[in-house]
Amino acid sequence: MTPTTTSAGGAVKVADEQLKQHTVSLLVENRFGTLNRIAGMFSAKGYNIDSLTVGPTEDPDVSRMTIVTRADDQIMEQITKQLNKLIDVVKVIDLTFESFVERELALVKVSSTTTTRPEVLQIAEIFRAKVVDVSPRTLTLEATGSQQKVDAIVNMLKPFGIKEVARTGRVAMKREYQVE
Amino acid sequence: MSGAEIFIRSLEAEGVDVLFGYPGAATIAIYDVLYGIAAGKNVVIEKEESESTDEQIQTAGQVNSLSWNNTRNNTMTTTKAHDKQPPKQISGAEIFVRSLTEEKVEVLFGYPGGATIGIYDVLHDITNIKHILTRHEQGATHAAEGYAKATGKPGVVLVTSGPGATNTVTGIADAYMDSIPIVVFTGQVATKLIGNDAFQEADIVGITRPITKHNFLVKDVRDLARTIKEAFYIATSGRPGPVLVDLPKDVMAQKTVFEYPKTISMRSYNPTVEGNIKQIKKAADVINTARRPVLYVGGGVISSNAAHELRALADKLQCPVTTTLHGLGSYPEQNKLSLGMLGMHGTWYSNYAVHYCDVLIAVGARFDDRVTGKVDAFAAEAKKIHIDIDPSAISKNVPVDVPIVGDIKHVLRHLLQYVKPLDTLDWIKTIDQWKLEHPLRYRHDDKLRAQHVIHKLGEMTKGDAIVVTDVGQQQMWTAQFFRWQHPRTHLTSGGLGTMGFSLPASMGVAFGRSDLPIISISGDGGIQMNSQELATISQHNLPIKIFILNNGFLGMVRQWQELFWRKRYSHTEMKSPDFVKLADAYGIPALRASTPAEAEAAIQTALDHNSGPILVEFVVEKEENVYPMIPAAQTVNEMLDNPEPISETSKGPHVQQNIIIHTKG
Repeated sequence: MTPTTTSAGGAVKVADEQLKQHTVSLLVENRFGTLNRIAGMFSAKGYNIDSLTVGPTEDPDVSRMTIVTRADDQIMEQITKQLNKLIDVVKVIDLTFESFVERELALVKVSSTTTTRPEVLQIAEIFRAKVVDVSPRTLTLEATGSQQKVDAIVNMLKPFGIKEVARTGRVAMKREYQVE
Repeated sequence: MSGAEIFIRSLEAEGVDVLFGYPGAATIAIYDVLYGIAAGKNVVIEKEESESTDEQIQTAGQVNSLSWNNTRNNTMTTTKAHDKQPPKQISGAEIFVRSLTEEKVEVLFGYPGGATIGIYDVLHDITNIKHILTRHEQGATHAAEGYAKATGKPGVVLVTSGPGATNTVTGIADAYMDSIPIVVFTGQVATKLIGNDAFQEADIVGITRPITKHNFLVKDVRDLARTIKEAFYIATSGRPGPVLVDLPKDVMAQKTVFEYPKTISMRSYNPTVEGNIKQIKKAADVINTARRPVLYVGGGVISSNAAHELRALADKLQCPVTTTLHGLGSYPEQNKLSLGMLGMHGTWYSNYAVHYCDVLIAVGARFDDRVTGKVDAFAAEAKKIHIDIDPSAISKNVPVDVPIVGDIKHVLRHLLQYVKPLDTLDWIKTIDQWKLEHPLRYRHDDKLRAQHVIHKLGEMTKGDAIVVTDVGQQQMWTAQFFRWQHPRTHLTSGGLGTMGFSLPASMGVAFGRSDLPIISISGDGGIQMNSQELATISQHNLPIKIFILNNGFLGMVRQWQELFWRKRYSHTEMKSPDFVKLADAYGIPALRASTPAEAEAAIQTALDHNSGPILVEFVVEKEENVYPMIPAAQTVNEMLDNPEPISETSKGPHVQQNIIIHTKG
């Protein structure tokens, strides 16, 4: 499976503000149809997906999927159970209650003329974003970090005129304990 | 304007003149709008006819058959040349059949076609597996369900690609909702044609993903044997369910060495069997304080073969038992602790017992909306214990206090050790009073009512029969008035509510069981949804007593229209063929009964009939309602009891015979 990101809003059963964001890390069998099974379960049950990423792991038979979803406690319990019920799902961890590292990568193509270029570059530097492409009228930046950080740089760049944004969605991993 | 009106108006705007359809509970509002449409509009109600390509497959199949045989002969000669080279390679089709033999499959329900012709060629020489040619693939899936439910063994289906596969969808969805272990093998076009919109291609793996426990597409013959092993394991273990395996035509022709796996290990699938002992002890502590306990028992007790353990628990606790539709038969109904069925059309006393209980012990049941009504009010005061093999069934609809995940038989055995006998005498006395005041009943006069047929059938068989019902009023009346005694004797389509289930399912029962009489009960609507299987029944001379309760209506929808839609009987009145003549056309003896006396005689004739099938049409009262009834999403307080005065009625089971007052006959 190649890394992919989808962002799809399913039917929202509870008012959004009551819902808590959860980051769920899944290990799944790297098989034909697995992504469809998982995405299909979310749509069939009317659960939300804010973002979903899939990519390979150290084991070629297993893929890691990171799903960001919003749900109240009861629905979240069902989401975990329903995921576990799928035969292709090997392991489900709701990282929300764990200490975890998360990263998202974004490519942002922003308008920039000779006059605004230094300002854009300055913002890039503050966020430790890299310039990956430049043209007379645009700059393309690569930003990495938590979802909030990526949100922040995108916001900062908005006034210059954003042409295109591609975001990977969140990938996450549980932290190991520092002390035994 | 309501959604239903917008829907109809939109159809009008699109210039739709004719609508082919069939009403049901979910579309009743739309049908109500249709009722009001001006007479000029040509609205016809007919069941949509399926495509006729099945015949095309058969003809195509016959042509293909020859060429397939040729290649087979050729390859056989080539293998002969290499005779000394073990191990022997065999085709996917042969591996398929040998794998079924390894799984001890005795009966296969199916329908051949272009994509499965290779498999059928191998089956031609096989004697240990009986292939039953149904007359429609839906019939094959329901037959497999019937076989599985009645025997406890998985039901197996083999159909071709495209329409053959899509015709199984209803049966698969039905098995999924009712947790019935069936394995469906579908033919598929050759792997290189998949995705090309080839002739008779359908993405059946994609279509059935949300309605199977799991499904597979076999892309390499070397994966075939292991996949079949996994399919049977998944279907029959944990919470049982349907598994589909899609078999492309070229994979069935490829060759490899056959080796059936002895063991199975799936890192992502390990159902919990033993319940957590801490949880079991916690449950026992709750039960031991109970004064008004109720056991709420579902189909899980039957699929776990735990009726014996359930009975031991109920007897030790002296705890009243109510069953769901699928739990019927798990606890004998002549026992004083039995409350019969609960829920929308459950008994008055079972619903009140659940409402007022202080501890509810849910065993293999899933708190379905037809059981709970309004969920917040369901056993609101009670501490709830829920035993189920499926963790996702727990706290899905109703939050529970003590969940126990595990196989019911194992969990009940442990639980029995930790619970103490309870003093429930007062509680049972209260329930007995409810039983006297609100028995299941129907008016007793010279008219033939459907309830009377079922009531008499229960009395005459003493509950020693396997009864397969359809969906609708007859289903509820049978659940209420038949005297359920044994597990695996009540079969019905509960979750999906598939009309047309009874006849093909009873056929499956007949191939698995011969110890008890088999009775198929349908209404005039349901029987016509799969009546083609009369041909299969006739061909195999199956000993099925086919009862049709003909009231000239889609009775349950009509009942809703009467009670909640101002008696506007929109498209629920139905003209039927002469069922006696229909049976005659299939070579099945048949009779008709229109009075209580004729009905009793006809039931006796049917029960005495020992050679093959017999059909009885009971012409019953047209506008009879199923009572009690708790309207959808409401509580016991809104329960409608039978308006008939007790003194003028016959009473159903559960009331002790010595107290019951029969007024007439």
